[in-house]
Amino acid sequence: MSGPNTDFDPVEVSTLQPEEVEAARDAALAAFAAAGDLEQLKQARLEHVGDRSPLALANREIGALPPQARKEAGQRLGQARGAVNQALAARLAVLEAEHEERMLVEETVDVTVPTDRLPVGARHPITTGSELIADIFVAMGWEVAEGPVIEAEWLNFDALNLGPDHPARTMQDTFWTSPAEDHLVLRTHTSPVQARTMLTREPPIYVVCPGRVFRTDEYDATHSPMFHQVEGLAIDEGISMAHLKGTLDHFAGAMFGEGITTRFRPSYFPFTEPSAEVDLVCFVCRGAAVVADGDVMVTCRTCRGEGWIEWGGCGVVNPRVLVACGVDPERYSGFAFGMGIDRTLMFRHGLEDLRALFEGDVRFTTAFGSEL
Amino acid sequence: MKTPVSWIRELVELPADVTTDALTERLTALGLKLEAIDRPGEAITGPLVVGRVLTMEPEPQKNGKTINWCSVDVGEASGTGEPQGIVCGAHNFAPGDLVVVVLPGGVLPGGFAISARKTYGHVSAGMICSAAELGLGVDHDGIIVLPADAGEPGDSAFGVLGLDEEIIEFEINPDRAYALSLRGVAREAALAFGVPFRDPAVREVPEPDADGYPVIIDDPAGCPVFAARRVTGFDATAPTPGWMARRLTQAGMRPISLGVDVTNYVMLELGQPIHGYDGDKLDGALHVRRATEGERLTTLDGTRRVLSSDDLVVVDGSGPIGLAGVMGGATTELSETTTHVVIEAAHWDAVSMFRTGKRHKLSSEAGKRNERGVDPLLPAVAADRVAELLTTYGGGTVEPGATLVGVVPSSPTIEIDADLPARISGIPIPAETTVAHLEAVGCAVTVEGERLTVVPPTWRPDVTDPYDLVEEVARVVGYDQVPSVLPREAAGRGLTREQRLRRRVGRLLAGAGCVEVVSFPFVGEATFDDLGLPPDDVLRRTVTLANPISSEEPSYTTTLLPGLLKAAARNLGRGASGVSLFETGTVAFPVDRGPAPIYGVDLRPSDAELDKLLEVLPRQPLFLAVVLSGEAERPGWWGAGRESGWADSIALVRRLAADLGVALEVVSAARAPWHPGRCARLEVDGVEIGHAGELHPTVCKAFGLPARSAALELDLDHLMSRAVDVVAGPELSTYPLAKEDVALVVDAATTVAAVEDALREGAGELLESIRLFDVYTGDQVGQGRKSLAFALRFRAPDRTLTEEDTGAARDAAVAVAAARCGAVQR
Repeated sequence: MSGPNTDFDPVEVSTLQPEEVEAARDAALAAFAAAGDLEQLKQARLEHVGDRSPLALANREIGALPPQARKEAGQRLGQARGAVNQALAARLAVLEAEHEERMLVEETVDVTVPTDRLPVGARHPITTGSELIADIFVAMGWEVAEGPVIEAEWLNFDALNLGPDHPARTMQDTFWTSPAEDHLVLRTHTSPVQARTMLTREPPIYVVCPGRVFRTDEYDATHSPMFHQVEGLAIDEGISMAHLKGTLDHFAGAMFGEGITTRFRPSYFPFTEPSAEVDLVCFVCRGAAVVADGDVMVTCRTCRGEGWIEWGGCGVVNPRVLVACGVDPERYSGFAFGMGIDRTLMFRHGLEDLRALFEGDVRFTTAFGSEL
Repeated sequence: MKTPVSWIRELVELPADVTTDALTERLTALGLKLEAIDRPGEAITGPLVVGRVLTMEPEPQKNGKTINWCSVDVGEASGTGEPQGIVCGAHNFAPGDLVVVVLPGGVLPGGFAISARKTYGHVSAGMICSAAELGLGVDHDGIIVLPADAGEPGDSAFGVLGLDEEIIEFEINPDRAYALSLRGVAREAALAFGVPFRDPAVREVPEPDADGYPVIIDDPAGCPVFAARRVTGFDATAPTPGWMARRLTQAGMRPISLGVDVTNYVMLELGQPIHGYDGDKLDGALHVRRATEGERLTTLDGTRRVLSSDDLVVVDGSGPIGLAGVMGGATTELSETTTHVVIEAAHWDAVSMFRTGKRHKLSSEAGKRNERGVDPLLPAVAADRVAELLTTYGGGTVEPGATLVGVVPSSPTIEIDADLPARISGIPIPAETTVAHLEAVGCAVTVEGERLTVVPPTWRPDVTDPYDLVEEVARVVGYDQVPSVLPREAAGRGLTREQRLRRRVGRLLAGAGCVEVVSFPFVGEATFDDLGLPPDDVLRRTVTLANPISSEEPSYTTTLLPGLLKAAARNLGRGASGVSLFETGTVAFPVDRGPAPIYGVDLRPSDAELDKLLEVLPRQPLFLAVVLSGEAERPGWWGAGRESGWADSIALVRRLAADLGVALEVVSAARAPWHPGRCARLEVDGVEIGHAGELHPTVCKAFGLPARSAALELDLDHLMSRAVDVVAGPELSTYPLAKEDVALVVDAATTVAAVEDALREGAGELLESIRLFDVYTGDQVGQGRKSLAFALRFRAPDRTLTEEDTGAARDAAVAVAAARCGAVQR
């Protein structure tokens, strides 16, 4: 490298000659153009743009020129280096794009390989079903009430107008704890929760009570010693069967689809008077009793050609129950209803065997997904 | 209650065009629920006629069987009047017998078409039928031989066999005892169609007098009314008329003998249970009283029963001769030699009947009616009707003298506002309609302004309350008239904290790959043995059931693990390579605070009484249990899979606690059913809430699970009670993170938690997180020692930390670990 020129000596530096600069520039441009991949371009960059490249070295010589010559040489060199850098950037962009394109092709995977490294969990349909029902009522402003499974006889029976000598007690085959003189039962229905609610809260009361109940039934495809119920209770001024019908119609529509309603048939429950059994318009055939199977109409399997599905029991709360639970029957009236959650799931989901709910087979449970 | 339609029609003038389907639909709408319609002749078409066997030639066959080549007179049904030649394989008949013949062209149940066909060398023009072939049940004797008076050859056999009948089976609710009779069903049918009803209980009966069989009622509360009549010269061997036997059969009762059949028939007709005594075997007057404790009686079913002082009995000079209203005694039973019948028709106290039936586990047709309540006006009528039928078909004389003792209980008087039925049913019912409908069901109604005074009919002992009248009116108007109106909007507060937390727990576990299970809560000693619980384990103290489904599993469970472990084994047995299951459910622990009180129902129990009731209930906390067994992660193209182990169970509970914002302590413990060296006690604020870890190898074996299966169980109520209510929003520092790793050598018995706690405490406030990332044991650290490598992460809220800051914090951390755990930095 030449020393600084301070005396305006018209020194000539060969590397700053236009021909030299042009040659170095052209060599760089040619090298970049010739680089076939990023690696070659890197090499070419080191050679032609690096600290030891001819143009870089030439740049250091500018100071050797007399001051009046520096501007011109600087411009010349600057233009050359600019062109080189531009070419480098352009080539780099091209090669990077090519590289990326090639990589994207090379990195192709078979997306159909299994990806199920972790097993899937699920809540039980009885849980999610109970929540679905609870949510429908919570949306109407009701609350969810609960109580213990091992229950006092008085709450399970007596308070509900099922005195010790009531023939209807034999309708509910009861598990008693030992000794039977302890007067404790595995609750035969969720109705004691209604009694508890009335005993501890002031009307108006609007509660829905889902829960586990027990009866000494044989275990078969449609019976189980343990099953699940949901009951509802409304106590307010001026409550009538019409409100019961309205509530159940709303429930049916929310659970089974718009337009699915209910019908009442007279029945008997000690805790309600009047009492009714509630049927649901079949949500598959919508009451037609038949469904299309290709070109022919066949009997609806869901309702077995009835057009209706037996859903549960309901009625106006018997004033005797109100009295036992401390609600003034002169001021308040109420309605109550109850249905089997398991049974509801069975016809809603076309289950043939109740026992599938209690076997714990993960294939069954996961089939329902994370919510019903 | 099975009811032949023809019998209903006998009592009600139903229009001819009312089909059985229409009838049942209307009756169901009134509260008599249709269970089934039986049409025994439904599957039979074509000529089915009465035939008289003229000749029969036995013809032995090569196959060893003998057939009869018969000539049967079927009258004009043959088309020519000529007898039919029929081959018959049965032998239980003789020439002259009346039989049932299906002629060519007929079709029997199962689509069995009859044609004239060549068989055993003859052309058999039809078939002589057995009951089984007609779908009338199983018969062992061969073909049906009809009674001699059954009909003439050529008559249709449909009527003779009752095949043209339709039988409606109703499901009768306990409050509608009156519908356990034709009288009751027919009354409802008349109401349904607004047509006249002929009440079979309306009949002239002789005035009671002193000449009847002597009856003394010692317990008028138990037996308010007792009627008795006598028939003498009766032929007990006279056959029951075919129509009566058929109706009994159709109603589901077995014909036995004329005497018994008549009492049953009248019970079906009127609803009044009746008992017949062999008058010659009676020893003096009939007494009704309570049994003395320990008194014995052999009932008609041959059972020798020890009586209770609550049982009502009928006694004569010999002692008890009947369990009153439920079942008669063996000593005075009607028999083939009975000529003198004493007829008992009494009204019994329903509660007493119910208790006796329950005490003796006796369910009889009589008991079923008596315990639900029978019309107290029936006894005299029913006794008279029985006497009439006995003498009509069995000969003899109805003796003069009619016993009727006791006083008919008065019906209640119910006062209601005339608009009560409208108000409670929600149906706009005018007052006059209410009155009309109450009268239609048999009530006597007095109208005074807006008030109605109503006396229900004697056959409706179930109608006692104002709301009972509401139901009567509403069902006659029709429940289909109830409008659909939503109640006012309730002001609910949404789900409770516990309800929301429970959902959260379930979702978290499902999200972690666990599948929820619902199992039965019944366990037995064997289950606890399988869990390896020591004999005095607290979990063995259970609430037991007096009447368990299985005597092997008489207890309500104290742990959810058995159900889960069984479900896990079931899944693995069905081919799953790994399974993660969870269950939340209540378990029960006895509290031993004595029996639960039974309060009255005329008044709300006081708060103190309620508290007393609640405190004797077993403690029933909500538990959560998880079992992790076999493959936790699947093998695949990504590499090997991974089996579940103890660490997964602890990881899960830590994750759960963290989600709920609960500070969980994990402490080494030894507790069945866990591996004693791989069991963690879970604590919150120093209180044990459960355990987690690897299951004991013996337990895995007992339940058929792979070794190293893991489980956890905890008191979810307790955990949820500690859940943070409102999370304080974290303030995040965005200054750079400073990392420091330290390796500490400690005694092998020192727990990671202890070292971690020491480091955390020593590091001070700048420490953001600490995490063990390696454990080393081996020669480099020496026997009985281990090296723990921790990653410490520091960050300040207000500045970038200098190397001096983090170095000082690290040194301080190590110093505390050294002081407290004897840790030496490597």
